[in-house]
Amino acid sequence: MENLLEVKNLTFSFRTYGGVVKAVRDVSFEVRPGEILGIVGESGCGKSVTSSCIMRLNPEPPGFFEGGEILYKGKDILKMNKKELRQIRGTEIGFIFQDPMTSLNPTMRIGKQIEEVFVNKKGMSAAEKKQKALEILKLVGISDGEKRYRQYPHELSGGMKQRVMIAIALVGSPSIVIADEPTTSLDVTIEAQILELLKNLQKTLGTSIILITHDLGVIAKLCDRVLVMYGGKIVERGTAEEIFYDTAHPYTKGLMQSIARLDTAKGEKLKPIEGTPPDLFSPPVGCPFAARCEYCMDICNEMPPETYDLSGEHETCCWLQHEFAPDSDLRKVPAEKGEVE
Amino acid sequence: MAEITRDKFKVVGKNIQSMESISRPNIGYWQDAWRRIRKNKVAFFSLCLIGFYVLMAIFAPMLSRYDFSTQSVAEMNQSFSANHWFGTDSLGRDLWVRAWKGARVSLTIGFAASIINACTGSLLGGISGFYGGKVDMIIQRIVDVLYGIPSMIVTILLMVVIGNGVHCLILAMCCVGWIGSCRFVRGEVLKLRESDFVAAARILGVPDIVIIVKHILPNIMGLIITNLTMAIPGAIFQEAFLSYIGLGIKPPNCSWGVLAKDGIAQLRIHPYQVVVPAFLICTTMLALNLLGDGLRDAFDPKLRGTE
Amino acid sequence: MAKYIAKRVLLAIVTLFVLTSVVFVLVRLMPGDPFSSDKMTPEIRANLEAYYGMDKPLPVQYITYMKNVLHGDLGYSMKYEGRTVNQIIAESFPYSADLGIRSLCFALFFGLILGIIAALNRGKKLDFFCILIAIIGTSMPDFIMGSVLQYFFGIKWKILPVAQYTSFKHTILPSIAVGFYTLASVSRLMRSSMLEVVTSDYTKTAKAKGLSDLRITIKHQIRNAITPIITIMGPTVASVLTGTFVIEALFAIPGMGKHYVDSINMNDYTLVLGMTIFYGAFLIIAILVVDILYGIVDPRIRLSGKKR
Repeated sequence: MENLLEVKNLTFSFRTYGGVVKAVRDVSFEVRPGEILGIVGESGCGKSVTSSCIMRLNPEPPGFFEGGEILYKGKDILKMNKKELRQIRGTEIGFIFQDPMTSLNPTMRIGKQIEEVFVNKKGMSAAEKKQKALEILKLVGISDGEKRYRQYPHELSGGMKQRVMIAIALVGSPSIVIADEPTTSLDVTIEAQILELLKNLQKTLGTSIILITHDLGVIAKLCDRVLVMYGGKIVERGTAEEIFYDTAHPYTKGLMQSIARLDTAKGEKLKPIEGTPPDLFSPPVGCPFAARCEYCMDICNEMPPETYDLSGEHETCCWLQHEFAPDSDLRKVPAEKGEVE
Repeated sequence: MAEITRDKFKVVGKNIQSMESISRPNIGYWQDAWRRIRKNKVAFFSLCLIGFYVLMAIFAPMLSRYDFSTQSVAEMNQSFSANHWFGTDSLGRDLWVRAWKGARVSLTIGFAASIINACTGSLLGGISGFYGGKVDMIIQRIVDVLYGIPSMIVTILLMVVIGNGVHCLILAMCCVGWIGSCRFVRGEVLKLRESDFVAAARILGVPDIVIIVKHILPNIMGLIITNLTMAIPGAIFQEAFLSYIGLGIKPPNCSWGVLAKDGIAQLRIHPYQVVVPAFLICTTMLALNLLGDGLRDAFDPKLRGTE
Repeated sequence: MAKYIAKRVLLAIVTLFVLTSVVFVLVRLMPGDPFSSDKMTPEIRANLEAYYGMDKPLPVQYITYMKNVLHGDLGYSMKYEGRTVNQIIAESFPYSADLGIRSLCFALFFGLILGIIAALNRGKKLDFFCILIAIIGTSMPDFIMGSVLQYFFGIKWKILPVAQYTSFKHTILPSIAVGFYTLASVSRLMRSSMLEVVTSDYTKTAKAKGLSDLRITIKHQIRNAITPIITIMGPTVASVLTGTFVIEALFAIPGMGKHYVDSINMNDYTLVLGMTIFYGAFLIIAILVVDILYGIVDPRIRLSGKKR
């Protein structure tokens, strides 16, 4: 299957007063038609920046690309001029932002904000635009669209606003929608509704979705494939099943242990990942997770780990998979034959 | 790059300490503000300039051999010279002495009026915001009404009634000048009163006075000082304005406003006479504005710890 | 919205009433009196006082005055013989209003543009230049600005006239002098307000929709950034008004400001009182209009009827 989007060796940094912050370091992945790709990681791991890079939404300057390419249908987004970019944004790739409360223009009517996506499309009548807007409002589950069409954002509830955001992202029938933590600022009940909606829309419209989240539960519910990011790098990737049942990276394992589950026994304590993510002003030489890793070895502090192929989709970036590494529960590649350990 | 050897693959476990050690050294709020003001070259220079003007205002008239009000027919309208550094005015008075004498008056009025206004306003606004209820109601209705009345008109009328002079000027400016800081402080206190750390202190049974002194005051002090700094140029301008329309300081006493007025009267023939007071007024206001900007940044908790 | 307007109107009426009363008391407390002249005999004096109603006790004077004010009658001037305060205001107000409107337009137009340009070019030379203008503007009292303009454009280069108010050319310098301070404060506020909007989430949304920078600025940013500007319009009108006081004197414009200052120096009680009430009413109404306008521009207030 042809990949819709290919990100190759992407490195993106910010120039700040304190120095250069390497927010995304050598990240590669691809998005296939009709799939939901999850990117998971804790705050500050670079997942939002990565997704914004795809649409060039990071402010440049202070941000800048140090290298890599982002191919959308074979064309490099990083080499596009402003006009070409504008044609991609909204109509080819849609974006759903984290906070629906602040992401809608408070002084513009909902309908207008949705229709704006068609501003570059010549030859589309006002009636057609309105028709499209009303259709999409219905599709994202907003009843009495005519009324909502004329309302301002502050008249809508948080869940409603997020539905409007989704409508804006989808109205141009893009082939990819990037959803940057679309449910973080919503109630749990609303969150379920929104996720359900996303999944259904994805099915009916066949759009690919890149779902960014720090919530493994969301990943489990929705995603086909998952990237786990840490310290601006992808540390593990694979299908959702592989990530959950065949965890190969200590960080992923940490993430799993730190979430509450129904089968967590009463009185059993959750295990948080101690410490904080590395300072990206001066990322550590070795593995970024080394300092917080219970499996940490000397090599981890000295050299960045290599990427190990575990199966077709499953890859991890950890020294534990090295032939010399000691056996552990994360070990997927059997030690070489004839090893004396 | 190091070689990959077998002995490096030994589990050593977490090393959380190494991460925590990166964190920055502790630094207090005021220390941090002071550090940032010093780092901000513009603000620091402004502070120095104001300091310089204050010192000159105190000492320059004492050290000069001329008197600010002695007229001399022989030395009328002289330009800058070694004898008269800033020249002389139309009555032969030495402008160097008059400029610094004027600085005394203008700066006194500017500082005194702003400080009194800030204190009154903060006190009333603080009470209004912290206690709420009836007190708040009454103060706010008064403020609402007074806020609607153009302050300059009230000040002008008051000046007319109570007469000229430094004290009268300060008094007139203080009658309505406190309203701005009152509104502002009330808003801030209201916000803080609802904040969780004040609620926590309340639950612990901390008395009101301690909450005010320990929790609320430190949080709004920076803002009050910033506002005060921004208010001083306004007060200096007001004095100059009133003196200019003939309501402020009466001759022979002088202020920058009076000097500017006298200078502008001579604009066509002796333009140099307006240069000195104009320069002093503008640079003082400029310095105070820039210092205020710097202070605002320095006290802004959002910018704390940044360079 | 209706409730909000009603509340604001009520407040405005109370304010106006308080202002009138305070001014009345203050004016009666003024030292000196308008009839102190050498030729004045006790009889003439008594006649004059009777004519102006000053022989009656203060409360009666107050009630009479308030009644007249309600009818829009501000009484006779005490110094300009035979002329009513209304006449004097009617004659001089057009000049002041003209000057005020011109300087306000000048200040708003250039202030907003400067602020927007500065914010869109944050950290670049253009930004620095705009900030510089703004900071000079806020640090320069209008009479100094006026005299600097007079000196260079009028006396040194002889491009523009420095006195009178008869043609468009005459209006340029005074309008700039009055408006410059406002221009500076508007541009500063607009800059910071724009900076906030530029980094806002909805700007990102607009960008993600594939809109051009120009469209984002016009349709999304300016509308949102401009709301705070409206809140300072009240004080701005007041500052423009005080600006006209000195600038009218400096440029010999026969406007209200000049009359006002003169009447204070001449102890013309009724004229001071009348003009103050006129100014007060004017400003209070201006601020009222601004507040209501604010409600219209910001849909959040328009519908909830509350102020943020």
